[in-house]
Amino acid sequence: MSGGVDSSVAALLLKEEGYTVIGAHMKLWDYVDVGGDIHKDGRCCTIDSITDCRFVCDAIGAPFYVLNLSAEFRETVIENFVSEYRAGRTPNPCVRCNSEVKWDAFLKKADELGCEYIATGHYAFIERGEEGTYRIRKGVDQTRDQSYVLWGVSQDALKRTLMPLGRLLKSEVREIAARHGLRTATKPESREICFVADDDYRRFLSEYEAHRGRSFEPGDIVGEDGSVLGRHNGTAFYTIGQRKGLGVTSPRPLYVQRIDVGSNQVIVGEEDSLYRGELLAERINWTGKKPTADTFDAEVKIRYLHAPARARLVPLTAHSARVIFVEKQRAVTPGQSVVFYDGDVVLGGGLIANIP
Amino acid sequence: MTPIYLDHNATTPVDPEVIEAMLPYLGETFGNASSVHQFGRSAKVALERSREQIAAFINCEPSELTFTSGGTESDNLAVMGIGYANRERRNHLIVGAAEHHAVLESAEFLHHKEGFGLDLLPVDREGFSSTAALEKLVTDRTALVSVMLANNETGAIQDIPALARVAHHRGTLMHTDAVQAVGKVKVDVKELDVDLLSLTAHKIYGPKGIGALFVRQGIRVRPLLYGGSHEKKRRPGTENVAGAVGLAKALEVAGRRMHDDHETLRGLTNYFIDAVLSRIPDTVLNGPRENRLVQTANISFKGVQGEPVILSLDMENIAVASGSACTSGSTEPSHVLTAMGLAPEVALGAIRFSLGRSTTKEKLDHVLSVLGPIIERLRSMSPSRPSRV
Repeated sequence: MSGGVDSSVAALLLKEEGYTVIGAHMKLWDYVDVGGDIHKDGRCCTIDSITDCRFVCDAIGAPFYVLNLSAEFRETVIENFVSEYRAGRTPNPCVRCNSEVKWDAFLKKADELGCEYIATGHYAFIERGEEGTYRIRKGVDQTRDQSYVLWGVSQDALKRTLMPLGRLLKSEVREIAARHGLRTATKPESREICFVADDDYRRFLSEYEAHRGRSFEPGDIVGEDGSVLGRHNGTAFYTIGQRKGLGVTSPRPLYVQRIDVGSNQVIVGEEDSLYRGELLAERINWTGKKPTADTFDAEVKIRYLHAPARARLVPLTAHSARVIFVEKQRAVTPGQSVVFYDGDVVLGGGLIANIP
Repeated sequence: MTPIYLDHNATTPVDPEVIEAMLPYLGETFGNASSVHQFGRSAKVALERSREQIAAFINCEPSELTFTSGGTESDNLAVMGIGYANRERRNHLIVGAAEHHAVLESAEFLHHKEGFGLDLLPVDREGFSSTAALEKLVTDRTALVSVMLANNETGAIQDIPALARVAHHRGTLMHTDAVQAVGKVKVDVKELDVDLLSLTAHKIYGPKGIGALFVRQGIRVRPLLYGGSHEKKRRPGTENVAGAVGLAKALEVAGRRMHDDHETLRGLTNYFIDAVLSRIPDTVLNGPRENRLVQTANISFKGVQGEPVILSLDMENIAVASGSACTSGSTEPSHVLTAMGLAPEVALGAIRFSLGRSTTKEKLDHVLSVLGPIIERLRSMSPSRPSRV
């Protein structure tokens, strides 16, 4: 339970369905370590959020425990977040947290307490497909669908996971919370990265690294022909498709096309060059059964808020595939998750590889 | 099944007799004890009567007692109050390695922020400190030695008179945190030979929010709070009269019951320890078997972390703790157990069972019947984690 309305209502619904429910809050990080504005409302991992969880669990009659996973989170998620940016990629920390920290730690805790299932407030469904595999489907509320960040969750974990909010709209969730007098009913929503509460990842990278005595190396911003157009203060502060803050003057708008860590260059160009017809997906996890065809069609999301695009998939190895779009896609960004769908069913997902 | 409470070292319920004694001072006799009118006078009389009763209980003068908000404040006032009052001549402190954080962190504050020298007095495998170790550390510059009378995690009762003798030999003052000991074992400041002593009400069936610090006559203590002449300026703030009455009554009840409670709880705790150690393999008692608070049993279950044991017992309506409640939520092993030389993995597997007046053999038998299977289940869990992508 994060202390928000979603996990509160998830707990409530399961309780009403007759489950024995135990609330747990994962303490993942500390403002002392990640900086930012501690006073901003609705943030996870603060004493206020934990207090909200306590009141909700008290109201629904569930025990509540705080699990401290901050060491694992820092090592596995935050350090990776920083090193990915340093490697010229744009990470999805939620994806990594889900597959490498949350489900693992949560299932372990469930085993310790003798629980059969874990439950979350994600807007998605988990269901048993044919051949006994478990699969993820998009939540009914298309505007909240969180299936994109769940592709890395293993079969073992899905088998024991409940997501009671998949069939609800966010507005219905708030209504249920209000009807039951849960104090989280009107709590503002947070959609940014939890440990970057001010949504300023550049501020986070600078402070976090400065704190550890690590710095960023300035370099050149160059055009596609190699001409030097300006200076950057570290490639980590740039992301594909970025237009603002380049400090480069040009008759037509310029966008970050590529980040070359080797030469410490940020390569910019005009909008047309941002469109790409294909990408290489690596570290793929096939959520349900593994594909057997040499090639097949799917809808593909290449970032959290991306309208799925039609594409043809060509599996290369068990964990990599070529993704060939029907229509070119804007700002294909290495490090981001690429998730494959058949309608509302998640087929699998992976990470977008560096563009050669 | 009604919940079973085995966490009396964290806190205790208020005795009905104590509640009854306090009630008039929450209602009709509500006056401010520092007011001159009849409302104030009645409150003041109750406050001073309580002070006299508490003083008699620990064998000191009423004027040597300062009411505080509890154990933490008493410990802070002792360490910082003595530190600041003596810093010109003596700017060195010695505190036990297994002290409560209220003492440890006060001393560390003076060390880091005010330049005091600080030494931790080591404890042995059972949690006891030796006079020989103290002799090596104490100097003419040492302002204070602070060592707990009875440890909150293990129950180990230190030989305070012997340590006090070493401190006094150098003209150093001796403080003891007697929060866990008062009301459970005889506490006499003259026999203990201490200059300062902390106590609190809520560990002995009194209310939370009231405690006291004994400071021997003639010793200067710089206050932590400013704003009035209450408690002879040593601790300003409108007096907690109902609390003081509750503390005095709690001590009176504890004194009356001390012998019987001691015998009953010694029997029950020993029964419990023997049963756990003989029925559950790979378990160890942390701390001493003798010279300890008889209601405390700190037991490590090897190969198991404390936290899942506590949560699993909580689900079975049984309340226990791992170490001190003041540090719960921390994933670090107990500083008390590590100071005693326990390996971190053994310290992390420690559970503190602290018995009290509500404990019966039937309840302990129920706990024993639940505890064994929980430990077995947790030990049987494969240490490997679910497969990752």
